[in-house]
Amino acid sequence: MNTTRRQFTLLAAGASIALVTPARATPEKMKLAVDAFTGGKPVKEGRVKFDISLLVENGNSVPLSVLVDSPMTKDNHVTRIGIFNEKNPLPDVAIFNLTPRSGRAQVATRMRLNDTQFITAIAEMSDGTYFSAKSEVIVTMPACVEE
Amino acid sequence: MARALINVPAKSKRGEIIEIKTLMSHPMETGFRPGMDGQLIPRDIIEKFVCTYNGEVVFSAQLHPAITANPFISFTTIATESGTLVFSWTDNKGETQVQTASIQVE
Repeated sequence: MNTTRRQFTLLAAGASIALVTPARATPEKMKLAVDAFTGGKPVKEGRVKFDISLLVENGNSVPLSVLVDSPMTKDNHVTRIGIFNEKNPLPDVAIFNLTPRSGRAQVATRMRLNDTQFITAIAEMSDGTYFSAKSEVIVTMPACVEE
Repeated sequence: MARALINVPAKSKRGEIIEIKTLMSHPMETGFRPGMDGQLIPRDIIEKFVCTYNGEVVFSAQLHPAITANPFISFTTIATESGTLVFSWTDNKGETQVQTASIQVE
């Protein structure tokens, strides 16, 4: 088949859009990742305190900490804390496995942010219930752009 | 062998909740970035972090490419007895780096 000039221009335009748009997580993909974490069980809001800046300049290193309200006894403790994002290339950030010997359900780390987006933290309790908190972070210089 | 910084309180009371901070020197290459030659730089990330306290696992974590280079992880544990904390970081090629710290409990 001979390609006309118009067809070629359209194809080239399409190809360039496909090239400049990198693979990204979306809120839907994040939901899939959250469902994989919770096994599809319902997640209630509350008990999780998310500490992350609302406005960050550099998306390459964003400190965050999560504190879950739990007595951390053998019968009632936080087993896992999962952190998820909407717009990085992958929806998962990290999963922390806690034990009654943690004493307090508190973790801190640093993450990359590709764009202004909502970050979600989900805590899995030893009785199989899930609690969450989310926070919007505005990023002025995203990660993943530098060479 | 890369270097890790570990901060464990030098002395603690029995039953006290102590905070442990770790910083591992690692590029955490995501596998999404093109290098100078235009090819994607292969993924090189730490996937698993484990802390054992006298042989018992007290904390572990699974990390994804969204964690920064030189991953920082801070967590808490109860100071139960004097002994050794062993920290291990495993990357996606299966290589494990191990560091230990001693803890004094009064």
